[in-house]
Amino acid sequence: MSLDRSDVERIAHLARLQIDENDIPAYTENLSSILNLIDQMQQADTGNVAPLANPLDAVQRLRADEVTEPNQREQLQAVAPAVEDGLFLVPKVIE
Amino acid sequence: MEWEVVIGLEIHVQLSTTTKIFSGASTAFGAEPNTQACAVDLALPGTLPVFNENALRMAVMFGLAVNAEIGKRSVFERKNYFYPDLPKGYQTTQLAEPIVGPGYVDIETDDGVQRRVRLHHAHLEEDAGKSLHEDYHGMSGIDLNRAGTPLVEIVSEPDMRSSKEAAAYARKIHAIVTTLGICDGNMAEGSMRCDCNVSVRPKGQEEYGTRTELKNINSFRFIERAIDTEVARQIDLIEDGGTVVQETRLYDPDKNQTRSMRSKEDANDYRYFPCPDLLPVVIDDSYIEAIRETLPELPDARRERFIEEYKLSDYDAGVLSGYSAQADYYESVVKACGDAKLAANWVMGELAKHLNQNDTDIKHSPVSAEQLGGLLIRIKDNTISGNIAKKVFELMWSEGGTADEIIDAQGLKQVTDTGEIEKIVDDVIAKADKQVEQYKAAEPEKRGKMLGFFMGQVMKATGGKANPGAVNGILKKKLDALCD
Amino acid sequence: MFDKTLAELAEGLRKGDFSSVELTGAWLERIKTEDSKYNSYISVTEEQALEQAKAADAAIAAGTAGAFTGLPIAHKDLFCTQGVRTSCGSKMLDNFASPYDATVVAKFKQAGAVMLGKTNMDEFAMGSSNESSFYGPARNPWNTDCVPGGSSGGSGAAVAARLTPAATGSDTGGSIRQPAALCGITGLKPTYGRVSRYGMVAFASSLDQGGPMAHTAEDCAMMLNVMAGFDPMDSTCLDREVPDYTAALNEPLAGLKIGLPKEYFTETLDPQIAERVKAAVAEFEKLGATVKEVSLPNTELCIPSYYIIAPAEASSNLSRFDGVRYGYRCEEPKDLEDLYKRTRGEGFGAEVKRRIMVGTYALCAGYYDAYYNKAQQIRRLIQQDFIRVLDDVDVIMGPTTPHPAFKIGEKSNDPVSMYMEDIYTLSLNLAGLPGMSVPCGQVNGLPVGLQIIGNYFAESKLLNVAHQFQQATDWHQQAPAGI
Repeated sequence: MSLDRSDVERIAHLARLQIDENDIPAYTENLSSILNLIDQMQQADTGNVAPLANPLDAVQRLRADEVTEPNQREQLQAVAPAVEDGLFLVPKVIE
Repeated sequence: MEWEVVIGLEIHVQLSTTTKIFSGASTAFGAEPNTQACAVDLALPGTLPVFNENALRMAVMFGLAVNAEIGKRSVFERKNYFYPDLPKGYQTTQLAEPIVGPGYVDIETDDGVQRRVRLHHAHLEEDAGKSLHEDYHGMSGIDLNRAGTPLVEIVSEPDMRSSKEAAAYARKIHAIVTTLGICDGNMAEGSMRCDCNVSVRPKGQEEYGTRTELKNINSFRFIERAIDTEVARQIDLIEDGGTVVQETRLYDPDKNQTRSMRSKEDANDYRYFPCPDLLPVVIDDSYIEAIRETLPELPDARRERFIEEYKLSDYDAGVLSGYSAQADYYESVVKACGDAKLAANWVMGELAKHLNQNDTDIKHSPVSAEQLGGLLIRIKDNTISGNIAKKVFELMWSEGGTADEIIDAQGLKQVTDTGEIEKIVDDVIAKADKQVEQYKAAEPEKRGKMLGFFMGQVMKATGGKANPGAVNGILKKKLDALCD
Repeated sequence: MFDKTLAELAEGLRKGDFSSVELTGAWLERIKTEDSKYNSYISVTEEQALEQAKAADAAIAAGTAGAFTGLPIAHKDLFCTQGVRTSCGSKMLDNFASPYDATVVAKFKQAGAVMLGKTNMDEFAMGSSNESSFYGPARNPWNTDCVPGGSSGGSGAAVAARLTPAATGSDTGGSIRQPAALCGITGLKPTYGRVSRYGMVAFASSLDQGGPMAHTAEDCAMMLNVMAGFDPMDSTCLDREVPDYTAALNEPLAGLKIGLPKEYFTETLDPQIAERVKAAVAEFEKLGATVKEVSLPNTELCIPSYYIIAPAEASSNLSRFDGVRYGYRCEEPKDLEDLYKRTRGEGFGAEVKRRIMVGTYALCAGYYDAYYNKAQQIRRLIQQDFIRVLDDVDVIMGPTTPHPAFKIGEKSNDPVSMYMEDIYTLSLNLAGLPGMSVPCGQVNGLPVGLQIIGNYFAESKLLNVAHQFQQATDWHQQAPAGI
């Protein structure tokens, strides 16, 4: 599997990564070689093998519906880049 | 050309759990911004989700109430996209293995159309936060209190054929979730939100037309209006030679228009995959059966019982059972006054009128079911007339108090003492020479109609408190005596 | 003092040979003078360390001390530490002082441990050389031109350079075992679900597991006693009894059945490393173990399968770094998309961006079945290989890495050849099995690691096997020249 420039641009957009114009050829080449490595697995015959998402095949545990997290806004927003009136600020959201 | 409308609904129902679906932060409505958004809700690095047992229980209750298969194994997946109200950059939801499989509900519109609407499935997911667009130096503010609130998204098949059916379906879902007590049903606060998928096709055509999705409609009335508006737009467009574009549209209730949303947004690829921080949710028959045991009487069953037990009409039973708080209220009134028909008239009449005018939910009615029941008892035992009762209700609504207290304090008790009534009648006759002469002059068979005037005068003199039956008899007797 | 193990330091504290404040002060001083050579720390938390040491001394005086009270350690900089920068080796979190403690960090605090600082690492744990750190590469104390391995390269270098007696690490594809091997120390990756991941910044959720890095198996056992156990905050952490991992260290190995996978001894492996590993295995035979060849036929598929699953999970896990609630935010974003793209473009380094893009691509609608689903199927095949073999033998042994430490810069422009270095370690993460790396010799003055793989939750067995080896050999006691 070999990627071209437009593939890389599309993926970078989906992942919201700004990639420097000059770096695109290197990314294209690197990603293509990684995908070539990955493509080795297409030779494996996996037939009807069930996919393994979690190594222990365990099941979800449930949490009691009780409030354990009190208001910690001050502490949590101390590390925020832009806050006003308790809100996180971002460039205007347009619907 | 005759057109057929095809509608499917996606309804998001906020579950009334105490805490978030994956964190121990409160879900109470109306808190200060971000005071109910904990480290997990903020997606701080290193934080992890743990599933709320109550959200699971409520989703299973819903599934059982809509005759659905329950997923004994359900899997949370991540739906990846970037948006500022989505802190993790993905929404935890279910796709391939939802908690509730195919089911159905039966609906009936106001004009009597009955239909079975199939549910494709219902799944659990987390709600997003809110973007506030007030101007913060040209920025938007993000409040994540709502982020992580558990939702059940109920996806119907495209089985509805009119906006009325869509509204009836939404009402039925509302009735079910409120009866189950898994949602407060408050549409204005966003506890239940509707997306409508709408398309049209020439009548008789099998294949569906291109659909548009109307987002986030928050009242039953707007469901009808938004769909009607969109259907008209689509038909006009097609008849003018245009084509419908598959897109998301927003309904503007002020202008009664739909408009395209994010029309330029490139096709998103959500890159769903099973969430590796959560494990498959596995439940067994005994878990499901234990929940089935706890199910309350559902709206359809209640409606049947109202017809049977209270001898209500189909229509009255349907309206009263359509909202669980109203049905509960109604049954309390019946219990208090012992008259099902009278109770139905008052709950659907005077009470509903006041609730509507004041935009109040029946749960917050200033007149309790016991108060109303007490009032109806006094109508039944002739202490007051229906008209006086409306006056008493008015006072009850605005100032509180029991019916007996108000009747006493205002002296509204009906006058049934014939001696007292006779005196008043004599007085009225004495002051109405002209009308008495006319009465005497009239043909005997026409005199009945002429009683109205005297009746009015007596009622005026008693402030409406005189027992109308008694007044009528005495008037007739005395006037006829004058004619002899 | 700097050559002592945790166990020996604990004994010294107990006997009153030195106080925790003295101990801590000495290590802090050594970090100050020596770490410029190795760059093994991102943050040194001197003030907090001395406070913790004081509290530990008080506890020792009051007789309320536990086995770990007063012992200094360092944490890999992806464990969240309240009020202390938790950078993950990234510009993205350079300014992030975590508002909360990771469960592992809280457990060490509760046990009375003293945190010296936070160790260097590959950015977001993505790498096998520590070269992708925003703070520059950590260096291998055996040869500072060489990498210490990764991603827990700072922890490996700090322990090897005697800049801490022990450190925590995390292992997603070998990130504890590979730097342990390259730095000549002992490291353990526990069974998936044994140690809480809460507060350990996620790389690949279904593969990540925290674990100890120290000089000896005994020290690793002491640390695992603190780290392991159920955490209600982590759905994937198992509610399962935690044994005393030091209890079984001295069990004799007579009758131990060792499997050597033939797929691990091919032309991929440096012959000198093969020789050291075989010599180590011979040592076990002397201790009464029997050895047989076994087969893990899907070994080669580990790399492609891992390099789908790990980047796929990472691409999603790292979406939260968006410049809105914490961490780096680009200057003057002109709109939302600009905020996202520049924050992430500027905040992440090249390797992280590469992996996010690979993962994003693999999860796209048209490729999901061919990539992600296929990789998860292969994952089960790999797990089945191990289950079958571990039915037959007690432990599997082999090399931890195919080569000794390589030169800084040697592979940094060739991600694929870097990925190949993980061939023996990745499969355990895919299967969720525990594994250790134990020093077993040197090649050209650089350490060689023996990997020991056990069954699910067989950490006690692994530690026992490693400890017995360390009783019989002294590779783990060797220090780099000049240390």
